[in-house]
Parts: sequence; C-alpha cells; structure tokens
Amino acid sequence: MKKYESVYITLGGMKVQRKVSIGLATIFIVCMIWFALTTGFGIVPSGRFPSPSETWSALIHVSGRGYGGGDLSMHVYNSLRLVVMGFLFAIATGVPLGLLMGWSRKAEAFINPIFLIIRPIPPLAWIPLAILWLGLGDSAKIMVIWFSAFVPSVINTYAGVRNIDRPVLEAAYMLGMPKVRFVAEVLIPGASPMIFTGLRLSLQASWTTLVAAELVGAFYGLGRVLNVAQQDLYPGMILVGMIAVAILGWGTTRVLGMVETWALRWNTAALAAKG
Amino acid sequence: MGKQISLRQSIILGLLGLTSFVGLWHGLAVSGMIPSVFLPSPIEVYDRFTTLLERRFAGATLPGHLAASFQRFAYGFLLAALIGIPLGLLMGWYQILDEIVSPLFDALRFIAPIAWVPFAALWFGTGIGGPIMIIFAGAFPPCVINAYRGAKFVDPRLIEAANMLGTPSHRVIREILLPASVPSIVSGLRVSAGLGWQSLVGAELIVASAGVGYMMVQGQANVSTTTVMAGMVAIGLVGLALDSALRLAERIIQRRRGLEN
Repeated sequence: MKKYESVYITLGGMKVQRKVSIGLATIFIVCMIWFALTTGFGIVPSGRFPSPSETWSALIHVSGRGYGGGDLSMHVYNSLRLVVMGFLFAIATGVPLGLLMGWSRKAEAFINPIFLIIRPIPPLAWIPLAILWLGLGDSAKIMVIWFSAFVPSVINTYAGVRNIDRPVLEAAYMLGMPKVRFVAEVLIPGASPMIFTGLRLSLQASWTTLVAAELVGAFYGLGRVLNVAQQDLYPGMILVGMIAVAILGWGTTRVLGMVETWALRWNTAALAAKG
Repeated sequence: MGKQISLRQSIILGLLGLTSFVGLWHGLAVSGMIPSVFLPSPIEVYDRFTTLLERRFAGATLPGHLAASFQRFAYGFLLAALIGIPLGLLMGWYQILDEIVSPLFDALRFIAPIAWVPFAALWFGTGIGGPIMIIFAGAFPPCVINAYRGAKFVDPRLIEAANMLGTPSHRVIREILLPASVPSIVSGLRVSAGLGWQSLVGAELIVASAGVGYMMVQGQANVSTTTVMAGMVAIGLVGLALDSALRLAERIIQRRRGLEN
C-alpha cells in the first residue's frame, strides 16, 4: 500500500511539479484524442461534435462578423454585466439580512419561516415568473440572478455570525463598544470567512441562472449564442459559447478569490487553512 | 449574541412572520394595485393548484407532469451516482488517477450544467435523453467530489494499523476505506440531488415537451401566472421531500457511526 504513504510523505514542492506536468500531459492527450476522433479518423461526425478547426472558425465567426445579434465582445459584456449587477445587488441585500438574522434572535424567528418556504423553490423556477413580470429584457434576468445569489449569501452570513467565538463577543460587550463599531469591527470581520464561502456559492449560482435565463429568452448574451447555435445545429458555435461561459465563470471566481485573500489578510488562521 | 428568546416567543414571531408575508401578498393582490394577471392572490394559486391536480394543462395533469419530471430526475441522478461515486473513490485511492482526472474535472466544472442544454438536445433529443444528460451534468460533480474527499481523508492510522497487521489490499478497501467514506458520500448525494432537481427544472424550461418545467413555460406563454406559481409550489414541495429524505439518511448513518455532535 505504498501509494497511501506517498500522499503523506512526499515533499510539497516535488508533488506540485508532478501534478502540473501530469495535468498538462492529460490535457494535451485529450486534445490529441479530440483531434483524432473528429478530423483524423472522422469517427465523430462534425454534426455531433465540432473538430478543433471548426471550433476555431466558429470563434473567428462570432468575434468578427458576429452571431446571434452581436459579436463576441458584446455578448460577453452583456452576460458579465448582468451577473455582476445581480450578484452585487444580492450581496448588498443578502449580507445585511444575514447579519441581522445572525445577531438578533427575534429577527431570526420572524424571518426564518419565510425562508423555509421560499428556499426549496430552485432559482431557475423563478424564470417564467420573472419573464411574466418583467419581460425578456435585462430586469427579469437581474431579478432571477439576484434571487439565486441572495439565498446562499444570507444563509452563510447568518451561519458566519453564529460561528463567532463567544468570548470575542463578550469582550466587546464588556468593553462597552458602540453598536456601529461593534458591527464594523467584530460582527463583519468575524463572519467574513463564512460570508466569502457564501459568495462563492452565490457567484456559481449566478452564472447558472444567467445561462438558463438567457437560454429561455434573450436578445444578447452567451446564453443567446448557445440558443441560436442550437437552433442552427452549429456545434462549433455551441462549443465556443460553452467555453466562453466556463472562462468567465472561472475568471470571476478568481477575482472573488483575490478579493477574499485581500479582505481576510488579517486572518492568518483562515489563510493557512486555505493554503 | 443577541438576547435569547423563549420557544413560545419564537413560535409567535415565526407565525407573525409567515402571516405578514402571506398577508402582504394577499393584500397587494386584492387591493388591485397590481393586476391579478401578474400577482394572483394565494387563494387563487391554491385553487389553480387543486384544479391542476385533476384537469389537464399542457398535455397532462400536475401529477402527470411531476411523474414525467421525476422519472427523468431518477435516471439522471442514478447515472450520476453510479459513475460519480466509483470515480471519486478511485481518485481518492489512486493518486495517479487523481492527477490525471483532476485537471479535466476542474475544467469541466466551470461549465454551468445548463450550458450543456444545446449539446444535450443535439445528442439525445428533447424527449427524455437530453434532460437526463443535463441532470447528470448537475448531479455528477458533488458525487465525485464527496466520494473523493471521503476516500482521501480516511484516518491514516486505520490504514497503517491494517497494513501492519498484514491485511490484503482488497480487504483494506472493502473493510476500511469504503465504510469510512460512506458518510461523505451520502452528504454528496444530498447536494447532488438538489443540484440535479434544479438542473431538471432548467432543462424542462428550455427543451422538454412534458414535465413541470414545461407546464410552467406553457403557463407563462398563456399569461397564466397562477399556473406558473402552482408549478413553483409543486417543484418546491418535491425538492423539499427529496432533501428531507436524504437528510434523514445522512442523520441515520451519522448516528450509527457515532459521528453526531
């Protein structure tokens, strides 16, 4: 059973190198298989899955002449804008509500039952209602993205406040800290590791919801590209749309991670746990 | 922490919260400030719900749509569990597999399950195959990740003890690694059931021709807000039932393992 031991014994630096090289090799091999199956031997017909060159030409197509009502930069801009707006709006409303629920037992008792009946409804199920209320434009999408990101940010903020060490709170009390400073210097920093956990979940949910909402109906955006490509039976463009969504999701998660590291730079324990 | 309150107080406050929520909704709907086409009152939604239990809308009654949805969900979810759990366990046990699969898995994970809709429709059609693939895409990652964690973070002392006593490798897997990963696997199943159910709804809104999501889209097209809301209630109830069932399983297993805090 040597393999188990190696996990615990291998030196950090050595392992990382090995990991990266195996990872790169895997991705290279997968790309080769992709090429071989599509262009090379033609086992997978191009009507089912695009070859690398078809994907490349679809990318040129959408970024040059444009596709589905605009060029790539415009679709990316629209999707990104909606996600950022819905997400920020959800933070601005969800985090304070979570703080309130975590802090005041009365607020918790009052609000929790409402949450319990709304929470089981998946965010995507709000899309038809949002379209009925607000139409196919931006506001309906912001509403559903807000909703999908709101729930995780409330719940995690709330759990974060509950996880603050009791002695910290008691010390603040005993020293007679004013309310405003208490919220800014004890409550928010204490809950922030959990708040960021919630925000990561919120961000993921925002992208899922945005893509779904744009697939159901939109004028611009990456979901619109996917939708038109599906109707046109254009596999190359579908793949381009999917890759674009994945890159944006990854990029925004990275930005959030950087904000987290910066915001929690005082918290050595949390940083050590993150690695 | 804020002041503690008694159980009685919290029940009263909770009821107050629910009443004010429903009351506000009802008040807004009845007052006529918002036309009832857009915001029907809770009573109208309830009426519509009970009507849909018997009358067909968009090709089936509400239980019929739910049955269609649930069938797809069950296939997609089982497929995800059957492939995802063994993959995760193997990744946790064999480092080389972990190193090969992880980069691919991480890259694929950033694709929202719903973004698979066009390929799902292209490959498997919009009947039952396409939605199953999307549910699979939603439910698969948590199965893999939790099985992986369960297998990877087994107490090394147990493995060392088994090795020292000369336990053969297949028995180590069957009697130590597998049982030790069960709690994590069950938690993963709960998460993936939630994500799978949510992906199902998304898939049905876009591509299906039956199911609750389809019913809601038809309701939206006919500007029947009551139908849309009745669909939301039905989806919420089924999701809640699924989650409670798996939460119960999780609790039972944790109790048997003495892991409960």
